[in-house]
Amino acid sequence: MKNTKSIAVGAVMLCSVFTASVASAATTLESVKEKGHLQCGVTTGLPGFSQPDDKGNWTGIDVDTCRAVAAAVFGDPKAVQFTPLTAKERFTALQSGEIDMLSRNTTWTLTRDASLGLNFAGVNYYDGQGFLVKKDLGVDEASQLSGATICIQAGTTTELNLADYFRAKGMDFKPLVFDTSEQTVQGFASGRCDVLTSDRSQLAALRSKLAEPDSAKILPETISKEPLGPVVRQGDDQWFNIVKWVLSVQINAEELGVSSSNVDDMLKSDNPNIQRLLGTDGDMGAKLGLPDDFGYAIVKGVGNYGEMYNRNVGPDTPLGLDRGLNALWTEGGIMYAPPVR
Amino acid sequence: MKNQNIDSRPAGPKPWYDPQVRSIFFQIVAISLVFWAGWTLVDNTLSNMESRGISTGFGFLGESAGFGIIMHLIPFDATMSYGRTFFVGLLNTLLVSAMGIVTATIIGFVVGVARLSTNWLVAKLALTYIEVIRNIPLLLQIFFWYFAVLRNLPSPRQTMDVGDWLFLNNRGLYMPEPFAQDGFGLVYGALTVAIIGTVALRRWSRKRQLETGEIFPVFKVGVGLIVGLPVIAYFLAGQPLQWEIPELQGFNFGGGFVIIPELAALWVALSLYTASFIAEIVRSGILSVSKGQTEASKALGLPANLTLRLVVIPQAMRVIIPPLTSQYLNLVKNSSLATAIGYPDLVAVFMGTTLNQTGQAVEVVAITMAVYLTISLLISLFMNIYNRAVAIKER
Amino acid sequence: MTESEVQRPKKALAPVKWIRSNLFSSWYNTLLTVVIGYLVLTSIAPLMNWLFLEATFTGAEPSDCAGEGACWLFINQRLNFFIYGFYPDDLQWRVDAMFILLAVAFVPQFIEGFPARKWLGIFGLTGLPVIGFFMIPGGLFGLEPVESSKWGGLMLTLILAYIGIIASLPIGTLLALGRRSEMPVIRGLSVVFIEVWRAVPLITVLFMASVMLPLFLPEGMSFEKLARALIGITLWQSAYMAEVIRGGLQAIPRGQYEAASALGLGYWKKMGLVILPQALTMVIPGIVNTFISLFKDTTLVLIIGLFDILGTVQSTVTDPAWQNVAVEGYVFVAFCFWVFCFGISRYSQNLERKLDTGHKT
Repeated sequence: MKNTKSIAVGAVMLCSVFTASVASAATTLESVKEKGHLQCGVTTGLPGFSQPDDKGNWTGIDVDTCRAVAAAVFGDPKAVQFTPLTAKERFTALQSGEIDMLSRNTTWTLTRDASLGLNFAGVNYYDGQGFLVKKDLGVDEASQLSGATICIQAGTTTELNLADYFRAKGMDFKPLVFDTSEQTVQGFASGRCDVLTSDRSQLAALRSKLAEPDSAKILPETISKEPLGPVVRQGDDQWFNIVKWVLSVQINAEELGVSSSNVDDMLKSDNPNIQRLLGTDGDMGAKLGLPDDFGYAIVKGVGNYGEMYNRNVGPDTPLGLDRGLNALWTEGGIMYAPPVR
Repeated sequence: MKNQNIDSRPAGPKPWYDPQVRSIFFQIVAISLVFWAGWTLVDNTLSNMESRGISTGFGFLGESAGFGIIMHLIPFDATMSYGRTFFVGLLNTLLVSAMGIVTATIIGFVVGVARLSTNWLVAKLALTYIEVIRNIPLLLQIFFWYFAVLRNLPSPRQTMDVGDWLFLNNRGLYMPEPFAQDGFGLVYGALTVAIIGTVALRRWSRKRQLETGEIFPVFKVGVGLIVGLPVIAYFLAGQPLQWEIPELQGFNFGGGFVIIPELAALWVALSLYTASFIAEIVRSGILSVSKGQTEASKALGLPANLTLRLVVIPQAMRVIIPPLTSQYLNLVKNSSLATAIGYPDLVAVFMGTTLNQTGQAVEVVAITMAVYLTISLLISLFMNIYNRAVAIKER
Repeated sequence: MTESEVQRPKKALAPVKWIRSNLFSSWYNTLLTVVIGYLVLTSIAPLMNWLFLEATFTGAEPSDCAGEGACWLFINQRLNFFIYGFYPDDLQWRVDAMFILLAVAFVPQFIEGFPARKWLGIFGLTGLPVIGFFMIPGGLFGLEPVESSKWGGLMLTLILAYIGIIASLPIGTLLALGRRSEMPVIRGLSVVFIEVWRAVPLITVLFMASVMLPLFLPEGMSFEKLARALIGITLWQSAYMAEVIRGGLQAIPRGQYEAASALGLGYWKKMGLVILPQALTMVIPGIVNTFISLFKDTTLVLIIGLFDILGTVQSTVTDPAWQNVAVEGYVFVAFCFWVFCFGISRYSQNLERKLDTGHKT
């Protein structure tokens, strides 16, 4: 009895101390509007994707995806609060309703889509797993890595990809699993492992954290497909559509040449595609349960996909990543969004 | 009898003032509360899992794991099942706990005695050690041993070696591994005979001492038997052991027996941290034996070493054992911090990777907690029995 | 030498005599002294150099850390983050106020004969949490709200340990009474609760709180992450607290129980007025000791992604702008914990000694 009694006592006590959000049967959109802000799950710190500065201001491409949704719902990209989550907690946090959407460089896989009660609303970054090695090992390609000790971060698809890759090649390896990316880098820097494996976007960032970044290099192989994107709960199609179309609007905006700097001029555009996108014509927003000018609010507040990319992970940032796969389909990449019509 | 008493009273107290009635009432309320709460909890969990489409059941234990583990005491590779990862993790937990308990006890006793040394420097050094180590969080100490010390070890290509059979680098400490050949069974047999012989010898000498007062050096003879017999058997059987010497193969050393740095760091940190508590326990245990006891035994003509062995230590142990056991318990629980530095213990492997890949948090956490519960209950049970046996009976 | 000859120069000789008897009393003591003394002396000099003499304390940017010694500039510049986490700058006075109140309530406990010491302590256990409840999260009385994901650093460490102790005191007391109850069902349930929680590592409890607790709650109800961690810590800690308090209950002579019953006091009056006041006073050192271990154990929350003081330091030591400040960071955290824990443990040892002498007479 004491067990449950104290759980009850503890719960009641803490209920009063903290906001225990009891959502009614309302839709996610309604409960978000009622709260006045969007609750978005992000990483505890991953450069370029979601990283807090020492004042708790979050930046990154995943963070901007959250801000874009907030801009669409409230017209204010700042109406969002971030919940830092470890890899282990992320799905439970979404399932339990603690957060409204998860934007935490999460790989879209069949298992996650089907057996966790979640829906992936799209892809905001196409990534793949690669290897970072010390230059003085004299390794040029992944097939020379047989017998190597490899540092990995726990709680990701990386561990499985790695085992699959080595098994397929008939090589063996020693996996060293750390809890956070800081520890993984420390393990690699101290020479505990020969190789660090992670999504390629991260390898660049992690490499920049080394005392001598030039002493390590990224191998050319990409051993897996890692489409990263925002996730929502299953069973609320309206909210699923909103998140999906916020992302699509950003990609379409880039394709149509609409950016945060010219969006005000574009309001006068004669192009019907731009008119529908910015809400000067038609009732696209209303169909999603949003204001009609939600497209304008997104582009004005956060920018189009290209701006979001360049600001956080692009060539001029510390990560210095080329667009590659993430370029628009018209420019040799695979970023392609269904039309707003 | 009490019941009869109450019943026989013509105008007894109202039933709700009757302590027994009340007690039964409270207990019924308590039980029903527990059942209600338990049922609600289970019901909530089940309906939550169903509505969120989370799969349930223990079927996942048979599925193929698909990830590798750096250290396994039993054969393991990625094609084996999640159930197997559980045993790999459990054995790693038990290994580091056992190693930690042994070294923490030794260091703890040495420091505890040093704390009472007449040499001022030794006593103060022991005191400093205790006060520094036990007031710093264990997690921080593990990080220190792992990251600060690891940085200063050489890479496998610049490995330090001792006589070409012991190698130390930042991948671990490599030692030759013995492989038993045909005929090694003789050595095991000799060891068994020696142990049985020693036990018998001890019984016989006890009996003789009680009867005649003569003392037989059981300890020395016993050690001689246990070490000597197997050694003789080993040479008689023609040295049936083959040693596999580790050597550099590509990136790492291969072959031989290896202590990985994660294990070493965790082991050192757990031992030093727990030893600082054990030292204080030992000190207060020895101090708790009153001076009169020592004086009395001297007056009986017992020499100093016998005084210590027969008078001081047995009494000190009465004070030492209960808190010592709970320190062992803490050590086993603290070994779960392995997850922070990548040592593949039960929590890191099973509650970490396996939980992540399967998403079946409830089952995995329940199994993990049950394991720790079992270990602790076994230790607690032993402790309570011992406590009852040695406690001074109040009359 | 006659006795008077020895007596006269006693002042001059005392240190020599002390050294002889405490350092060089026998050949192996001499050997020990020499070896240990040599080791200590040779390791102290480089340590001092690194810690102080060659260390950099002030400056403007990372490149100012050019010396051989420690780079304390790093700590100096990020101190605000290590203490307050992400708490907004202009609202940090609220946290400072709580720090001061905490000090006002508890520092006098170390000072013998401080006026109203007892009442300050009681305030610290009852009034202070209430004030903190309004001050730290804000949102009431015109205080700007600060969501709990912005709390961090030393402040979060203290909050976790402090609330953990305060909340586990009443639960622990009930459990201890339950374990000594004469009703078998209540006793059994208490024993099961206590033993189960004491048996599992805190890390599994925190995992359970952070990953599983949301599944236990009714649909749509959820707690913030910090609250979940606190629930886990409180349940875990109350089991330990129960054992400490049970120790106190057992130490009360049976006569006290019998006397209270003889006065016709009911169970709750007997416990509340006679037994518990004595038992709780007796176990204050034990409670302080569990506080110390809880304080150290709160570092584990970094494994579930909360930024306590170790978490904030860990997240900044890999900042590429600062090269190799990991050791400085860890030393800083170790020092913070050490100061707190050592100070408090000294207090509890003093108290123990005092209570001890009181009981032996």
